[in-house]
Amino acid sequence: MITKRIIPCLDVRDGRVVKGVNFKGLADVSSPIELAKYYSENGADELVFYDITASAEGRRLFTDILTETAKSVFIPLTVGGGINTTDDFDRVLKCGADKVSVNSGAIRNPNLIYEAAKLYGDQCVVLSADVKRVDGEFRVFAKGGREDTGMEAISWIKKCVDLGAGEVVVNSIDTDGVKGGFDLPMLEAVCNAVNVPVIASGGAGGINDFITLFNTLPRVDAGLAASIFHFGEVAISDLKNEMKRNGIPTRI
Amino acid sequence: MIAIVDYGVGNLFSLTASFRAIGAEVCVTSDAEALRAADKIILPGVGAFEDAAKKFRASGLSDVICEEAKNGKPLLGICLGMQLLFEKSFEYGEHKGLGLIPGNVRPIADVIPKDLKIPHIGWNALQMNGEKSPIFKYINEGDCVYFVHSFYAADCDGYVTTCAEYGVPLTASVAKGNVYGCQFHPEKSGEVGLSILRAFVEMEV
Repeated sequence: MITKRIIPCLDVRDGRVVKGVNFKGLADVSSPIELAKYYSENGADELVFYDITASAEGRRLFTDILTETAKSVFIPLTVGGGINTTDDFDRVLKCGADKVSVNSGAIRNPNLIYEAAKLYGDQCVVLSADVKRVDGEFRVFAKGGREDTGMEAISWIKKCVDLGAGEVVVNSIDTDGVKGGFDLPMLEAVCNAVNVPVIASGGAGGINDFITLFNTLPRVDAGLAASIFHFGEVAISDLKNEMKRNGIPTRI
Repeated sequence: MIAIVDYGVGNLFSLTASFRAIGAEVCVTSDAEALRAADKIILPGVGAFEDAAKKFRASGLSDVICEEAKNGKPLLGICLGMQLLFEKSFEYGEHKGLGLIPGNVRPIADVIPKDLKIPHIGWNALQMNGEKSPIFKYINEGDCVYFVHSFYAADCDGYVTTCAEYGVPLTASVAKGNVYGCQFHPEKSGEVGLSILRAFVEMEV
């Protein structure tokens, strides 16, 4: 049985992790290399690096960091942020990324998904969708959740999967940062619409939120979070032991 | 020296890095002489079978690899590289493989329950089949490894060394004499994966 994946997400700007983390034994809290190693040695099933760099110089730093990280981290590595062309795919894959996540770039040009899937395979293309309720429907937002695209989210996600997206990360803007649990109704709607892995993001406040997520929606494949892991509120090993105790298939 | 075969398919970054991480001497090569000189050979691969098989034959390396394998050199195929070891693949048509291990590659969709997703992607537990294969010297029944695949090795019962449960048991690894294959990605399977590669590196030739 496939285990449910736990995925920490690291925001990297100009080669440094935004919001440094204070783990015991971690010398440099804002080094993506150190942090990625820490997570992979402490039970993370996969890592997401999100490049929020604005400058070209920062982007070069990011690819250097990615290369260094990929040399010593032997779990799947997904990279997102600023992916607009298949050249961007090429750039991060050559540095050791296993999957590439697209968001605004796919909204501007949905064909990017088709082109990338043709070149690198569906399993390499992850759709990341920022979704928020507007006027009683799920709406896709662009530019880091700042801009309402006017598109209905479930049909957008379905379209992207049809174009070749092999996995979908659903970030609920409504529950993000609230720490009141994942957005179960939104995730359920996505799970009912697609037959590729669905990764839940936004809202995790504690261990119980993951237990509720996987018990309520067995078709959700993974839970992604940032701050609760980074600030040590939830240790991945504790979370995974508790998942296992609750009968959820878990890699310990 | 471990030689990773470069025939223009897939990204060899992680594979190379994982051998370096366990302190093995490794080279990535498309040179027949280098393959002949190597102690052991890794056959990687991602993507579609037909495309990979074509590129592999066009590279002229498939004959060298078959020769070396027949001479007893340890060979490990990974993911699509494992699938290439078989006689045939039924991935979008019918395509010939190396035939180093009897069996065929078939769609997962034909055998798994309809409600399961394809590809089979994520971490799954290994179930040992019969006597433990030497490459699993350092790992245990139930250890998890990382899979990404939509096709699986079938009709190869006598050569299956581990399975992974996905509604049905899917072939996770095979061995026939000095020829080994892993459907999963040891280079992406954390410590468990690295210790599989370590066991392969340490195997007496």
